[in-house]
Amino acid sequence: MSNLVQAPEGVTGQGFFLTSVEKAVALARKNSIWPLPFATSCCGIEFMATMGSHYDFSRFGSERPSFSPRQADLLMVMGTVAKKLGPVLVQVYQQMAEPRWVLSMGACASSGGIFDTYSVLQGIDKVIPVDVYVPGCPPRPEQVIDGLMKIQDLVANESLRRRHSPEYKALLAGYGIE
Amino acid sequence: MIEQFQATFSDHIIAVEASDMPTFVIRKESVLPVLTQLFKEFKVQFLTDLCGIHYPDATPPMLGVVYHLHALTTNTRIRIKAFTPVSEPHFPSVVSLFSAANWMERETYDFFGIIFDGHPNLKRILNEDGMTYFPMRKEYPLEEGTRTDKDDAQFGREKIT
Repeated sequence: MSNLVQAPEGVTGQGFFLTSVEKAVALARKNSIWPLPFATSCCGIEFMATMGSHYDFSRFGSERPSFSPRQADLLMVMGTVAKKLGPVLVQVYQQMAEPRWVLSMGACASSGGIFDTYSVLQGIDKVIPVDVYVPGCPPRPEQVIDGLMKIQDLVANESLRRRHSPEYKALLAGYGIE
Repeated sequence: MIEQFQATFSDHIIAVEASDMPTFVIRKESVLPVLTQLFKEFKVQFLTDLCGIHYPDATPPMLGVVYHLHALTTNTRIRIKAFTPVSEPHFPSVVSLFSAANWMERETYDFFGIIFDGHPNLKRILNEDGMTYFPMRKEYPLEEGTRTDKDDAQFGREKIT
């Protein structure tokens, strides 16, 4: 039974189990994150290794990389994003349904990396909000898994009302995203 | 053939440069007539490359266009250069002669801001449409100004203020 997740805190009795909706939802969300790989370069190759059987990304409940943003929970941006690609990334993000999380993998996606130049976006957080940054050039699969587990922590501990909070709306408004 | 070319176009040629291939500097106004005559009479019908060049330190600062041409029937290569002041960045388009020039002239416009008169669709091709400058001109800082994570001390230089 070691491959089952732990039940959340609650009251157990004969034939029933009581817990809060928030904890039950968090448990479900945390262990069924569908990632949308937005891979543009070498970090994408490293992600392919992470997805493969050796590192087995799927064991975190991310069995199905969703190549449609409408069914994805986690946007994984991996690789250099040129300024020309910026609006495309924003559009992909906008097409995702709430709640949505963003993981920025590698130096380029996080800060522009070595491409300190006119044509490259100096970090995707210039156009969309980012939850977890994974450093490295490229990061090893272990780091990507660590990043995903950080996302899982965020998902598990996020309030169900966070996406309706004025702070969150202000954050999106700061990026000009509705 | 090169001697013949030199004799034919003697009034167009400003300078002949010693290089790995015959290189002629011609006036900007001569570009279209010379290339047309080369195409029709000398069968120089392949445009290998077209690119821009910027000399910011010349007086006045100059923008140039370099044409690399290839006559496939005789396997002869020619390089043609022409210049214009930065203040007047207009060149005749050669798309009517070489279809290959279409995207190359767009690229040259994109990076150097050289306006090719007569081009059917002169707009940016590689950079984002909203860009307000021409990045390959040698008048901009090499590094991206929006970068916030760089510590100049780590790069052996003082903080630029």
